[in-house]
Amino acid sequence: MIETLLTPLHYDYMLKAIGVSALIGGVCAFLSCFITLKGWSLMGDALSHSVVPGVAVAYYLGLPFAAGAFVTGLLAAVGMGFVKAKTRLREDAVIGVVFTAFFALGLFLISLYPSQVDLRSIVFGNILGIADSDIVQILIISAGTLVVLGLKWRDLLLYCFDPSQARALGLNTTVLHFTLLTLLSATAVAALQTVGACLVVAMLVTPGATAYLLTDRFGRMIGLAVAMGTLTSIVGAYASYFFDGSTGGCIVTLQSALFVAALVFGRKHGLLAARARRRAAGEGAA
Amino acid sequence: MIAALPDCSVDVGGVTVSYANGHVALRDASFQLGPGSICALVGINGSGKSTLFKAIMGIVEPVAGAVRIGGRPVRAALRENLVAYVPQAEEVDWSFPVSVWDVVLMGRYGYMNFLRIPRAEDRRIAEESLRRVGMLEFRDRQIGELSGGQRKRVFLARALAQQGRVILLDEPFTGVDVTTEAAIIALLRELRADGHIMLVSTHNLGSVPEFCDHVVLVNRTVLAAGPTLEVFTEQNLQRAFGGALRHFRFDESTVQQHDGRAVTLLTDDERPLVFGKGGHLEYSKREGREDVVEKRAEHEGDK
Repeated sequence: MIETLLTPLHYDYMLKAIGVSALIGGVCAFLSCFITLKGWSLMGDALSHSVVPGVAVAYYLGLPFAAGAFVTGLLAAVGMGFVKAKTRLREDAVIGVVFTAFFALGLFLISLYPSQVDLRSIVFGNILGIADSDIVQILIISAGTLVVLGLKWRDLLLYCFDPSQARALGLNTTVLHFTLLTLLSATAVAALQTVGACLVVAMLVTPGATAYLLTDRFGRMIGLAVAMGTLTSIVGAYASYFFDGSTGGCIVTLQSALFVAALVFGRKHGLLAARARRRAAGEGAA
Repeated sequence: MIAALPDCSVDVGGVTVSYANGHVALRDASFQLGPGSICALVGINGSGKSTLFKAIMGIVEPVAGAVRIGGRPVRAALRENLVAYVPQAEEVDWSFPVSVWDVVLMGRYGYMNFLRIPRAEDRRIAEESLRRVGMLEFRDRQIGELSGGQRKRVFLARALAQQGRVILLDEPFTGVDVTTEAAIIALLRELRADGHIMLVSTHNLGSVPEFCDHVVLVNRTVLAAGPTLEVFTEQNLQRAFGGALRHFRFDESTVQQHDGRAVTLLTDDERPLVFGKGGHLEYSKREGREDVVEKRAEHEGDK
């Protein structure tokens, strides 16, 4: 029994997959706290799809995939900002138009040279077959993101909470805006490797959203989100060995399960707690 | 709280602000305020009140003219923490996971180092600010768990903690009970005595003469600015509000036994509710209410 349970750990590729997933899961979860509070979930979805053409081009040219992805991600973000400022369209329409345009271009580019880039690994992730050079890129992105978040989380939190106050204090809100946007693009690129373009947004939203249901304190929210993001990634990657299923799907399913649990059983904002409170209020009134 | 700080001033000179879509929100707006002043910013929605605030906070850049605070350009003034801001209740996400203490400490960010780690001095001032607005015992509450008046006081404490010389207050009395309103006004008066300049955007016309010594009337530009007694006149308010003001003229109303001289009640977005001397509801127009007028006349006759 124990022998069976330990089998995945005998394989080098499994150990790598579990380690990299855990790192990405933790970093994404950290950032997800800011994304959910800023209301950028849709933006996260858009950026994670917009990086696809960049990945494709980078592979053709033999460049690091992160560089290409990063460029198209930021292009999409700037494009969305431009279209929104110059037209009367609402933001959701702008995001919808721009990110599908980028994603479509990416799919088209990949389909032109199917032998060089594997469409499946970009859209659905391929953590089990990750190359060492890709791991290095992910390590660099994760380290950079953690350093920036660790040093400037208070400024970013203030920017999410009350941008006007950030301005009144003389902080440069444009820089903060683009810092957050850059971190979002960078982690979207890293997460692409683990869960694929389609599920990146889950890694960048779900842990933060779940933690938000469980606490009213930002510090605890970060702790909970990072713990959940890391654990689900480890367990998901490990379990996917036995199911022989999609690693990304496994991780995100676990995260979603935790979200549902928090939604129902959360002590403060959960559905059961709310019902109990309503009952108590009803009895108090009667 | 703060002693011997240099005098401050707000100088808005010929400011024109237009947005990317070409809409000119404010044209050639000018006014000056000296130290120790509570100034009401009065105008209808969309008159440019919030644009004026944004210009003073450097959020929008005027296409013409300039704002100077204490003789400095806005950017320099912000770096020196001269400008503090108390947001409108609707602008704040009350479910945000921050405590009262977190919010007040945000007022101190400008004084903290790169990592924004509060020093003992920052904590002392934050604590003092909370005590001054009577919210110290609520320091560990999440901001959404507070009442409307308490919420307002927390953000006032943040402005105090920032020790800005110019405090902008956006609709500070909306959703606030009468006791808190009185407490806020008392605090503003103390701050005025310390030499602060407070710019209060408000719909609450009735309270303006009560506590504001200066008034700026805006409608796409500054229509009039100066001491309340000179500027806050019926004629000027008519110009600022146009048809948007609601009137209650006693000589046209169902109220009886007024002495014939017209008293005009002005209010901005709410209709005034007026009860007569006998506690009856009164209406602003006599037409169609002849029965009410008769009853009031009888009532007066009884006495």
